[in-house]
Amino acid sequence: MSKRELRNLAGKSLVGILCAITAGMLIVFLYGIFSRGIGVLSWEFISQPPRSGMTEGGIFPAIVGTFWLTLLSIAIALPMGILCAIYLYSYGRPLWFVKLVKLAINTLVGIPSIIYGLFGMAVFVNMLSLDVSLISGALTLAILALPLIINAAEEALQGVPKDFTEASIALGAPISKTILRVVLPTAMPNILTGTIISIGRVAGETAPIMFTAATFYSRRLPSSLSHEVMALPYHIFALMTEGSKGSLQAPIAYGSAVVLLLMVLGVSSIAIIIRYRFRRNKQW
Amino acid sequence: MVKAHICTNNLNLWFGDNHVLYDVSMCVFENRITAMIGPSGCGKSSLLRCFNRMNDLIPSARIQGSILLDEEDIYHPKARVTDIRTRVGMVFQKPNPFPKSIFNNVAFGLKIQGKHSKSEIMDRVEKSLKDAWLWDEVKDRLHSSAMSLSGGQQQRLCIARALANGPRVLLLDEPTSALDPQSTAKIEELCLDLKSKVSILIVTHNIAQAGRISDYTAFMYLGELVEFGESSQVFTVPKDSRTEDYLTGVFG
Repeated sequence: MSKRELRNLAGKSLVGILCAITAGMLIVFLYGIFSRGIGVLSWEFISQPPRSGMTEGGIFPAIVGTFWLTLLSIAIALPMGILCAIYLYSYGRPLWFVKLVKLAINTLVGIPSIIYGLFGMAVFVNMLSLDVSLISGALTLAILALPLIINAAEEALQGVPKDFTEASIALGAPISKTILRVVLPTAMPNILTGTIISIGRVAGETAPIMFTAATFYSRRLPSSLSHEVMALPYHIFALMTEGSKGSLQAPIAYGSAVVLLLMVLGVSSIAIIIRYRFRRNKQW
Repeated sequence: MVKAHICTNNLNLWFGDNHVLYDVSMCVFENRITAMIGPSGCGKSSLLRCFNRMNDLIPSARIQGSILLDEEDIYHPKARVTDIRTRVGMVFQKPNPFPKSIFNNVAFGLKIQGKHSKSEIMDRVEKSLKDAWLWDEVKDRLHSSAMSLSGGQQQRLCIARALANGPRVLLLDEPTSALDPQSTAKIEELCLDLKSKVSILIVTHNIAQAGRISDYTAFMYLGELVEFGESSQVFTVPKDSRTEDYLTGVFG
């Protein structure tokens, strides 16, 4: 074996091993969570509220709370994100303003989520007197999701071939109709997959809802935007840090983690399916 | 005497500081095919894009001189650019149907205008597809994706899409350079058939193609219109030595 072949082999093995380590970590991680949490999973666990000082019963209100928080925040952030992306894509003038907006977006992406939580408390909970509520939490999460969605949407819009825009404009369509009827529909599948990925992020965040929406215990389900809600990530956090019966609470925390993971993985697999179908049909 | 349909008058074009077209004056005649030939980068595509104001999309583009379409200055401040583009259709080098159905591709321009009834759109789509020699091939699958068509069919679909607007002039920007010889031959025949309905201005790299189908030929070189006249004359007794050199393959 020549020196060159040897170097090739060493290089290949190195990257191979590193990839295996990464994949292995995911497996160890999933095993760690599932082995501890799978035992408490039952129909009762996902359909009943907690009982006996959080040591028994289920996590149904937390599932519902996380569902509503996520749905509402995306419902707020998605239209705003798409409109903002359209602005950046097409009408962005002057250039310095666009650059400023992009800088702001990328800065927002990097801000720790606990800061969003404090911001949400200061603005939504206190200043706008929305109190600790579903709507305060959803708005806070929406701000967190917004830059992710804007970036995904703008990338998707930029990815639409210029051939399509030119064809549309050459047929006498104004810019607005070109965007509405050609660019946006073509970019939509990619915008949606980007959005679904940010759903995963939003559903799992604890810090932004800690001060704005979440409550440790609530028997009733949220029936109005002004109610406090239970939420899975906060529930896990609270079970592990509060209460007096740690050993009884821990399995429930792991069970909740499994449910949260399954929810997020479920949503992500929808994204994968959309993307797969889209790529299969895409012929440009 | 043939009627001039669209004429440029001392047209100059800049992209930023780059002077692309120098004092171009030429005409596209009614129901005739005019070919523009010249080496790459000579400005023929940029000139073509002046005729339907596609250069407006380039922020640094600046234009001087005038272009008259049926005696109306298309660069007049009050001219409606979307209106001009429905009267001057364009087909691009690479077939670029929208990722929509065949029907919706052809109906696009009409739907954008928003002033046609459903049955009217249906009729116009059928007529345009027939005019573009595509109807028989697609009439049974109007609602399947345009992306499922072959390259040559896609290009004829793009022609049908442009025809649906009822343009007076059709601009073709190297429409066959991405196609195989058979599809190319079909598009060329189609052009000859179409000239009874629209005036055609075609940019081509293919000198033989220009010779086969055009009534008039414009030879451009380095942003200058070197020679413009009836093809029979330009191809046989060119006035300018540069034209002769290009046609005989000395450069280009």
